[in-house]
Amino acid sequence: MTIGVGLLLATFLLSVASLGLFLWSMSRGLFGRGEAAGRVIFEPREVGLVEEPAGPVGDEDALQGVMNRTGHTGEFSVLTPDQASERARLDASSRLPVLAALTSAVIWLVLASAFGLVASLKLHLPDWLVEQPWLTFGRIRPAHLNAVGYGWCSFAGLGVSLWMYPRLLKTPLVGGRIATAGIALWFVGVSAGTWAVLTGHSAGLEWLEFPWQADVPLFLGGTLVGVSLLLTLQRRTVPHLYVSVWYISAGLVWLPILLAVAKWPGLHRGVPQAAMNWWYGHNVLGLWFTPLGLAAIYYFIPKTIGKPIHSYNLSLIGFWTLAFFYSQVGGHHLIGGPVPSWLVTLSIVQSVMMVIPVVAVGINQHRTMWGHFAALRHSPTLRFVVTGGMLYTLASVQGSLQSLRVVNATTHFTHFTVAHAHLGLYGFFSLVMFGAMYFVMPRVLDWEWPSARMISLHFWLVTGGFAIYFTGLSIGGWLQGLAMLDASRPFMDSVRITIPYLVSRSVGGALMTLGHLVFALHFALMLGRRGDRRGAALLRRPSPEPVGVAAGATA
Amino acid sequence: MSGEREVSVFRLWLGAVAIIALATTLLVVLPTLSLRDVPPPDGLAPYTADQLRGRQVYIANGCVYCHSQQPRDPSVGPDQQRGWGRPSVPGDYHYDEPHLLGTMRTGPDLLNIAVRQPSRDWHLGHLYQPRAYLPGSIMPAYPFLFERRRGTTPQPGEVVVALPPGVAPAGTRVVATPDALALVDYLLSLDRSYPVTRAETPR
Repeated sequence: MTIGVGLLLATFLLSVASLGLFLWSMSRGLFGRGEAAGRVIFEPREVGLVEEPAGPVGDEDALQGVMNRTGHTGEFSVLTPDQASERARLDASSRLPVLAALTSAVIWLVLASAFGLVASLKLHLPDWLVEQPWLTFGRIRPAHLNAVGYGWCSFAGLGVSLWMYPRLLKTPLVGGRIATAGIALWFVGVSAGTWAVLTGHSAGLEWLEFPWQADVPLFLGGTLVGVSLLLTLQRRTVPHLYVSVWYISAGLVWLPILLAVAKWPGLHRGVPQAAMNWWYGHNVLGLWFTPLGLAAIYYFIPKTIGKPIHSYNLSLIGFWTLAFFYSQVGGHHLIGGPVPSWLVTLSIVQSVMMVIPVVAVGINQHRTMWGHFAALRHSPTLRFVVTGGMLYTLASVQGSLQSLRVVNATTHFTHFTVAHAHLGLYGFFSLVMFGAMYFVMPRVLDWEWPSARMISLHFWLVTGGFAIYFTGLSIGGWLQGLAMLDASRPFMDSVRITIPYLVSRSVGGALMTLGHLVFALHFALMLGRRGDRRGAALLRRPSPEPVGVAAGATA
Repeated sequence: MSGEREVSVFRLWLGAVAIIALATTLLVVLPTLSLRDVPPPDGLAPYTADQLRGRQVYIANGCVYCHSQQPRDPSVGPDQQRGWGRPSVPGDYHYDEPHLLGTMRTGPDLLNIAVRQPSRDWHLGHLYQPRAYLPGSIMPAYPFLFERRRGTTPQPGEVVVALPPGVAPAGTRVVATPDALALVDYLLSLDRSYPVTRAETPR
């Protein structure tokens, strides 16, 4: 017991000390020029100029009007035709891999939604679709999780990152073909892995269901994308690395390490394997999806409204504290389990410490948007990304609370945890990716989205559906937990009490799926170049100075 | 020209790798080192070949997504009062690869299911149609683990499932497949009711 406490205290002190060391070393020479670093996503006189390709031109004008009214920085708001052409050249450089990744993302979004909806329905219709082994709940559910995680979310994150990289580094993407090959390999991996899960060849660990044969292409594919980004990084022409570059670069270092350690053959068994399982399960969220999502938030909010991030230094503190604390929180999934209690306590401590990076991101995002919320009306990108960012704060605070033993006692082993997981990966990550894709695709294809209404419909279906999903399942999970804790009630009470909430989850999930179908159809229409308006109008830039057509010439 | 810039990228990666190395040491390496040499309790036998095959069926069909295998200490929850067994210790999982501790209790904990339900017939019938045994259960039925054959007379070598009346279509018999039999073999191996000493409890 005392050894455990001593060890815990030692690791905690070591944690705090090394964190201090990190912040000190990372900040040396960085803090002073923070504001300049926050401006590298703009051209020298561009601050104040909005960029929102997701809607019709009229909306972009209206957005500029809102920003002029509510918070014009008094700066130039000018993008010269040369600068605009250069930007169009950067956007064009990543076209092939971005298109490959985002198209794959949409395909997997539809597949994953179908798996998820079937799994949800099965929880209250247990005799539905039971004749086929591949449709049984225990296979469809992991197929859903993996299709979401390694399919939709990873493809979207990779695609959006590949697109941001040239803009963030102001240099055309190097090795676009290598990156495209990486995306193709990733597609092979996630297809093979999902097929394996559905045919009964799961490796059996949550988040690590894919057999290692399917993880090899994932590992290689991710590495190839990383190589392309590394080559681009070496040719950069910007004086500062924007915080989004930090997140993306680190994420691409972390994922292969996570996969390699988790899948190392013959290394893990028994209880230590469970510890490894949740080290991985939580880190894949915290060190892969979260960095990619935050990278997008840090780029698209400032870029869309034409205003640099509130505090660049705060974003760096957020980065390092996220990495440091998040990487040690996995053990709270094993509270009460047969694991050394110091392990669980360490994870609880670090889960609570997660408040620091979350507050850093929250303050930054909120202070950047503050006073400009009217802008949401005119920008589909902002609607999705800002909502996603707010849900990031909510998901993280909820996660910290859920790790506390007193809360965990009720929520552990219940649907409450499932709702929480969706708040993170859907409410935060997926909404941010939707917003980013609405911004990116018109630039990639030089084509406007065919229908503003479909974007609106998509937004209301997925946010409305998700509100139903999350509220119902959280209540149901909490009641389930209370019933399980009460020894005087039979276990079946904890099952019966959830049924109406499981039904409401299916309703919410069906609305979300419908929203995804609208999005996928819209995406397909855009790929097929439906709609009347051509790229020239799309790239018109409202500005006090005549900048005219930016890059229509490349269309 | 780019000396300072290279330093900042280098620092970024160095920091990223150092952080994950620390987390891996704490959450993966230390638990492995401290628990690797825990011997199996005297009462625990290795799985037989049939039980291992059944364990694969359990994994393939994702039982772990609804059933945990980790009864907890009475201070955390009434697991013991529900008859799920004493708090488990690391040694109980000595032969488990992959681990199946689970994170969800849509259904009850199964680490000691063989103590509560030692009947093979019950398990086979319950897998075929859970609601014939537990009204209101939301466990899926697993008809694909069984074959429905015409006639009610068992043939040599068949294990015919003894179902409550009306569950199988009239004039047919439900025969367990080898997968179903192996799965039940595995479920019947889930008995960690032997005593453990305090030293085997993790602290």
